Amino acid sequence: MHAIYIVRRFLVFLVIVWLAATLNFFLPKLSGQDPVRTKLLEEASLGGYVHAGIEDMVKVYQKRFGLDKPLWRQYLTYIDDVAHGDLNYSIANYPRTVVGMIGEALPWTVGLLGLTTLFSFAAGTVLGALLAWPGAPRWMRWLMPPLWALHAIPFFLLGLVLMWLFAFQFQWLPIFGGYSAGANPALTWTFVFDILRHAVLPALSIVLVSVGGWALAMRGMMVTTMGEDYVTFAEAKGLRSSTIFTRYCMRNAILPQTTGLALALGTILSGAVLVEAIFGYPGIGALLFQAIEENDFFLIQGIVFTVIVALGFATFLLDICYPWLDPRISYHRT
Amino acid sequence: MSAQVLRVEKLDVAYDHPRGAVHAVDQVSFSLRPGERFGLAGESGSGKSTMALAILRMIKPPGRIQGGEVWLEDTLLSRLSDEAIRRLRLAGIAMVPQGSMNSLNPVVRIRQQIADALADHGEKLSRGQTVARVRELLAQVGLPPQVAEMYPHELSGGMKQRACIAIAICLRPKVIIADEPTSALDVVVQRQVMETLGRVQAQLGAAVILVGHDMGLMAQFVDRLGIMYAGRLVEVSPIREIITNPRHPYTRMLIESLPSLEHKGGLRGIPGLAPLLRELPSGCAFHPRCPMAMQRCLVEKPEVRAMGPDATAACHLA
Amino acid sequence: MFRYLRRNTSLVVGIVLLGILVIFMVVGALMVDTSNAQPLSVPALQAPSWDYPFGTDRQGRDLLAVMVAGTPLTLRIGFIAGILGVGIGAVLAFTAAYYGGIVDTVIRSIADIGLTIPGLLVLIIIAVSLKGSLTVDQMAIVVASLAWLSPTRTIRSQVLTLRGRGYVEIARLNGMSGPEIIFGELMPNLLPYLAATLVSSVSAAILASVGLEVLGLGPVEAPDLGMTLYWVFFNAAIINGWWWWWTAPLVVIVLVFLGLFFLTVGLDEIANPRLRRAV
Repeated sequence: MHAIYIVRRFLVFLVIVWLAATLNFFLPKLSGQDPVRTKLLEEASLGGYVHAGIEDMVKVYQKRFGLDKPLWRQYLTYIDDVAHGDLNYSIANYPRTVVGMIGEALPWTVGLLGLTTLFSFAAGTVLGALLAWPGAPRWMRWLMPPLWALHAIPFFLLGLVLMWLFAFQFQWLPIFGGYSAGANPALTWTFVFDILRHAVLPALSIVLVSVGGWALAMRGMMVTTMGEDYVTFAEAKGLRSSTIFTRYCMRNAILPQTTGLALALGTILSGAVLVEAIFGYPGIGALLFQAIEENDFFLIQGIVFTVIVALGFATFLLDICYPWLDPRISYHRT
Repeated sequence: MSAQVLRVEKLDVAYDHPRGAVHAVDQVSFSLRPGERFGLAGESGSGKSTMALAILRMIKPPGRIQGGEVWLEDTLLSRLSDEAIRRLRLAGIAMVPQGSMNSLNPVVRIRQQIADALADHGEKLSRGQTVARVRELLAQVGLPPQVAEMYPHELSGGMKQRACIAIAICLRPKVIIADEPTSALDVVVQRQVMETLGRVQAQLGAAVILVGHDMGLMAQFVDRLGIMYAGRLVEVSPIREIITNPRHPYTRMLIESLPSLEHKGGLRGIPGLAPLLRELPSGCAFHPRCPMAMQRCLVEKPEVRAMGPDATAACHLA
Repeated sequence: MFRYLRRNTSLVVGIVLLGILVIFMVVGALMVDTSNAQPLSVPALQAPSWDYPFGTDRQGRDLLAVMVAGTPLTLRIGFIAGILGVGIGAVLAFTAAYYGGIVDTVIRSIADIGLTIPGLLVLIIIAVSLKGSLTVDQMAIVVASLAWLSPTRTIRSQVLTLRGRGYVEIARLNGMSGPEIIFGELMPNLLPYLAATLVSSVSAAILASVGLEVLGLGPVEAPDLGMTLYWVFFNAAIINGWWWWWTAPLVVIVLVFLGLFFLTVGLDEIANPRLRRAV
């Protein structure tokens, strides 16, 4: 298809991966202190009692990073490791690997965040489009102010209120975790239902906050699009308002809205990290929270790297889909 | 069955404004015979395009149609329900949009944009039938069949305008309103587009209203010409007559502003500016720019008077 | 003016909400002993009462005093980071839009790529690397390190839109120099837009700082809003039913975000009259 366009986008993705790795490597060095060494010394000073493997860990660490070697050698080694998908061991959970721990958490986050983001985007977009349309039902206008107000507050604050209301006061829904302790993790209806029950509150915190934002953005795009010449001509063509609304207004307004989605992914993820952390949802966010509490630097680094790469990839996918939405793109943008 | 296909009577379009309503189209009357080519000329802001929209009942707030009647054969348009007027657009009266505008949806294929028009007017066609119909329409306006699968940005300005014409004729309308169809096109393309428009119009036997300010184009294309000034139709005459013997001073100046091979020399424009509709001069709106203005023109608004079988004028001098 | 304000309800709502907050801070600072915002100054875990209208927390802080002392700290972080962010962003945006070519491509690419990276995570890495030595102002600088990305992008596109308009072209043809065009022609038109960008940057910066603090990466000693919430989660105040502990910071933070949000929407309406339609 548009090979050059795709290659370009892929290069951008690679740049993001490289940038993530580089930031991961250099940012800690900037502070002048070595958090890994601090942590290892701290652990070591507690004696072999905390982790039997700590001695191995120290050896591996010193050998791998050759702390006597010049910085650029360390950097190249690090990049090489990352390129091979090696993100080191978890300091606090040795001998578990960072990749392994992230691998366990990732599906939870992808599931929760993927579904909630897609749903809020779709619902908000339709709502915003209807809101700009003169023929929209009145009750929608009353729906918007509360949704906008919700949009202004962070995910996790709404999460806090929902948690208190539905999990503490009414006790309708579980307060913590991704599934009940002691539940049998098998593909049974009971377990699936259990997972869903645990996902309701975190999901609701994200959806209720996001929908208003998408609606607000879409309404703006629609107002602009409705002033376009082709909409006037569509009306002169005697098209039904439903056709004009969908194929001539929404179809075009969705383009900048999709760009907005690509740009917002990072912010959405940042917010979701906190939601997972407060609900103890077993995804990347909770893992990150745990890593920060345990001062597990490699794990933090690994999570940050993985998330940046994952988001870069999501953006890449959106970019690939974009020409399909907007046939002009391969001409204008490349 | 009336002899006229379209009759516009005392059409009046007003725009609400904090300091009183402004009349963009002021008591305009004219009529079209089947197959006739009628021109509407005037400076920008004279109400030509507003009138085109008003005929299709497409004036949007803060504008509104304040009075007057538009008849398409025996149908009074203002009586129709919203749904009926929608169906009448394109099927009864079609529009060819301005050439300078992005009138085609940039992200939808040409075939689909034609198919939408057919589908929303109750034509139940199979996919194969639609393709055949689209191909036939494109051929009528001189476009190759591949255009059907293209997007507007892949077409040149002239091709886009032909595609618009193809859409306009797809339901065999009785009247086609072409609102500056060749603006922003270069002269050669302009000519081709006008030839195409003329040819399909002749095939359909439809009447055409050509809106524009290019007097040269008007002279070549239309049978009868109406001149608009400040929302009023100040003169209507058969094209030959109006060029050789303009009745309204404004018409004369418009015609004299045309460059011609005979008398070379500097181009002559019309001194002064088109008036703001909000601050219309008293009496005849043209009097501040009129070289022949009399005392009467300052106070008395000239009525539209018949000047022979096919002609009218609104000037105290005519 | 009044007629305009009546139409621009968002602006009014934003100003009123922030006004309430300012009054709370000023009156509070005059009436409340903020030393009670330190641990062990009052009895622990008291529900709201006449003596402690907002209640007290587990470490023995008077939550009213915490709010009075902490709200300005949080706003301070937001404003320092927001102003730095918009300042740097505006300089980069004008540079990019004015020079165009490679300069523009580089600046635009950096901003675009930077925006795909979730800011909070990079901030986490920075904060973790610096852990233990953060003050409120350092916190602001950390947040500011990424706060310029979004303003750069939005201001740049706005400048480009304006530059395409006729009057800038005319100014250029009249021989006005670059800075003259920027400050004489572009700036006045951009002011409402810059104001909107500043307000939303302040809001984003506060969001980022509160996020870092809730994760435990903030200035541990400071009683600001994010740290208060950190202690709420740290002590599992929700499960324990200490509702007042989180109610006070929640209400204040919601006020801050709502106020800033409506102010942004209101300023946007001034900047883009095209959207000036019924809400």
